[in-house]
Amino acid sequence: MMQHLPVLQVLLPLLGAPCAALLRGRDMAWGLALLLTGAAFLISAVLFGLQYNAGEALIYDLGGWPAPLGIVYVIDAASALVLPVVSGIAFVATIAARRLVEAEIDARDHALFYAAWLLTIAGMLGQVTTGDAFNIFVFLEISSLSAYALVAMGAGRDRRALPAAFNYLILGTVGATFYVIGIGLLYMLTGTLNLTDLAERLAEVESTRASFTALAFIALGLFLKMALFPLHFWLVPAYAHAPSAVSALMAATATKVSVYVLIRLMFGVFGVEFNGLADAIGLLILTLGITGAFAGTLAAILETDLKKLFAQSSIAQLGYMAIGIGAMSMTGLAAAFIHLFNHALMKGALFLAIGAIAAQAGRVSMQSIEGAGRQIPVTMTAILVGGLALIGVPLTAGFISKVYLVRALLEQNFWLLAGLTFISSALALAYVWKIIEAAWLKERPENAPALIETPVHYVPAWLMVFATIGFGIFAGPLVDAAYAAAAVFIGGPS
Amino acid sequence: MQDDPVIRVISKVMIPTVMLFALYVQFHGDYGPGGGFQAGVIFASAFVLNAMIFGLNRGRHVWPAHLNLLAICAGVLLYGLTGVASLFLGANYLDYDVLGATAKSGQHIGILLVEFGVGLTVASVMVALFFTFAGRPTHVRLLSKMQAHEGARPPAPKDEAKSEAKTKATKDNKTGAHK
Repeated sequence: MMQHLPVLQVLLPLLGAPCAALLRGRDMAWGLALLLTGAAFLISAVLFGLQYNAGEALIYDLGGWPAPLGIVYVIDAASALVLPVVSGIAFVATIAARRLVEAEIDARDHALFYAAWLLTIAGMLGQVTTGDAFNIFVFLEISSLSAYALVAMGAGRDRRALPAAFNYLILGTVGATFYVIGIGLLYMLTGTLNLTDLAERLAEVESTRASFTALAFIALGLFLKMALFPLHFWLVPAYAHAPSAVSALMAATATKVSVYVLIRLMFGVFGVEFNGLADAIGLLILTLGITGAFAGTLAAILETDLKKLFAQSSIAQLGYMAIGIGAMSMTGLAAAFIHLFNHALMKGALFLAIGAIAAQAGRVSMQSIEGAGRQIPVTMTAILVGGLALIGVPLTAGFISKVYLVRALLEQNFWLLAGLTFISSALALAYVWKIIEAAWLKERPENAPALIETPVHYVPAWLMVFATIGFGIFAGPLVDAAYAAAAVFIGGPS
Repeated sequence: MQDDPVIRVISKVMIPTVMLFALYVQFHGDYGPGGGFQAGVIFASAFVLNAMIFGLNRGRHVWPAHLNLLAICAGVLLYGLTGVASLFLGANYLDYDVLGATAKSGQHIGILLVEFGVGLTVASVMVALFFTFAGRPTHVRLLSKMQAHEGARPPAPKDEAKSEAKTKATKDNKTGAHK
């Protein structure tokens, strides 16, 4: 059974989705989703262990067809690191989803909601697991299409979810189309879709115009999907108006998976040596990354809606990941992986905590959390710790991310960039301070609705907060895993 | 439209033929052009034709929404569980070799089942799409609003009278024929 784990990882939520759609009765679909995401988390943890012990990639041939012919699922150090992030967040978000969904979504739609929920998780896990370029596209579409539906389900509470979902649909589809055009060009050039095979054969034809075009299409498509500045406009409304559970799941995982796919394609297929890729694309990504970090942080400072604020800060954080990628070095990639992991935890914590408030108060603005620090201290503390981690305060996971990011930049003598990264991180203090000021330094207005909190409200968020602090203090294993993941793509045998 | 005898008769001939052709495309897909996707769409077109001629309500009556949801899910599950069956028989996921006595017959059975799953889901999703868009309440409301806005000419009663007359005529024809 152990050798089937790579496929079961994707299969369980994928087949769970149609089952969930058919289930009737209170909480049945939720129970199934909880069971399956829990199992997926367990599987990904076991896979991580198996891969670590084996020291090499675990390969699973679908349908018994071996590598270049058939589709293979590959668990290497990189996918083994990203899988637990996705499935773990999915599990915790599912725990929280029961209350959030009950509060925000019409009871008749629950079964379909969890069907789409499981599908989007299956799609994300599939993108990480598969070793086939076209299969990535299929899973990208599975996860995106169900994500559009999930965002649109926010319409029951907030009609603006509909235009947000529509924009997301259009831009997401453009991104996916660009990706598949690129893959089509690569297929035309090489006649293969298997990523390993593709990398080998591409070396022979790398100076053709078609291969440049392919890279441009793929990179642009994935920039759009990962919401890299300036292609991020779909993200903020989509996260802000989606149901709270969906915001939490997507903010923590969706863009991260695209970052992973970008790394896999850019480094795993095209390679750092690809026609001076390191110089041109590296510079482009660095520029976009640092601009995004500033643009996102500044926009977040001006924002008053908490969901929008943290969605804007996601743009900034994705900018940092892009900087790690753009450094085109081992340390840079490792920093990108570390930040991918840590940011998923922080954003998961933040959006789950905000969701707990949103389920009671509707829109969570600066005004609606005035004085909330005394009324619901545990939830607000979760938001505070998440915010501090975003800045990169020591003892939180965000600090580790920033340390390795700056180290990667200094290795390459990018002094200016390192300084700018430091400044933009410090700027994040401004929006965290705004929250502190509203929640703790202001009195709760007399007419404001009373907020309550019980363990049900804050336990999911705090699971993430503990993980954020845990990985901030005991960062060793994560850093090792991230370096192992980076080694898959750059320098030295994996 | 159901009042037009030509359309009625032709559709009564066409609908079963379309369905039969869909099944041919479905199961002959192993040997010739065809397969689940094409067959599913053709099969769904029979339902679409039925609903276009006899009206949405009767179309929904023939194939109710909850059955349709069941069919959508059943198709996906059939596909997935065929793969799971080979897992239980000791091979990799979707390895059909072990499903039959020989590898060849196993592949045959596997493809047949999987393609049937595809056909079922595609057909029912097409039907669902058609009914969703055709029966969108907001759409109908928008139309009536637009008609109200146009205002001046009163289109409805005249048409109804006409169609009623037609129904009578066809009824008369029918009874006449029976006599």
